[in-house]
Amino acid sequence: MIILATVIVVFMLGAAIGIFFFKDLMNAVVASSLVSLMTTVLFFLLQAPDVAMAEAAIGVALVTGIFVIAIRRTERYEK
Amino acid sequence: MRDLLSIRGAIALGLLIIITLGLVFATADIPFGDPKSNVGTYYLENGRRETGAANLVTSVVASYRALDTLGEVAVLFIAATGLSAILAAGTKRIDRKLEEASLVLATGCRLFFPLILLFGVYLFLHGHLTPGGGFQGGAVIGSAFLLIYLGCRRRKVSNTKTDTIESMSGLSFVLIGLIGLMIGGSFFLSNFLPKGEFYSLFSAGILPLLYIAIGLKVGSEFAGIIDNMMEET
Repeated sequence: MIILATVIVVFMLGAAIGIFFFKDLMNAVVASSLVSLMTTVLFFLLQAPDVAMAEAAIGVALVTGIFVIAIRRTERYEK
Repeated sequence: MRDLLSIRGAIALGLLIIITLGLVFATADIPFGDPKSNVGTYYLENGRRETGAANLVTSVVASYRALDTLGEVAVLFIAATGLSAILAAGTKRIDRKLEEASLVLATGCRLFFPLILLFGVYLFLHGHLTPGGGFQGGAVIGSAFLLIYLGCRRRKVSNTKTDTIESMSGLSFVLIGLIGLMIGGSFFLSNFLPKGEFYSLFSAGILPLLYIAIGLKVGSEFAGIIDNMMEET
């Protein structure tokens, strides 16, 4: 359980640092969605299924969708 | 990488390091998972008996802290209203041709939309028995409408209908609270219905009713937000 949590946290940190460096904003959005997905698993491991559900629906689905729509309306590549 | 070397990048990095160190030192003394507050202990000991809800989180969110939940719903409402006001101001509707979704996405949308909707309704209907609740169910319903806008672009969600559902559910939340104030006891949102049998669907008094109102309100709000954002893309 500790090992699994460590692996998840390492994945989260990697994805979060990746968001900072991606020039293609679509990649950054997918990475931020990955951070939310890992957070969901972590919440579930910490026995908080209620919070995990809210994070899965809002963080993974809705925020990603809204960011993708926003990128479509503006620019995809960071200058 | 180039941004990191500039002065602005250096200042941002320095601030980030200071904030991180501050958080680490501030939280280092707090033991993880140790019950500190008397309030939390009280909820754990008496929550089930007093509210009749099998899910303890629900008894806190919809009974002890129901007034805070009303505030949260109001915050979401204000955010949605502000978004629609900003997006509607001064922009002309551009009627670009709709891109057709691929066969996989269109079929998946047709198949999964009712299932996701059903799951969302289940979440807020059983919020007092199993994990889940109004906000979670509403967010799941909102993601179902996101799928509609991605996969079946020809379908249109009626704006007036989502607005009607939203305002009616918000109104019923406040009305339930006011009825509780009148006949249940001396405070807003007091539980005036019978607690019923433990672990059955019709239990915990007004909590399922409140969660139905919250679920419908949050779901229609998210559907409205997505509709507002998709309209001009």
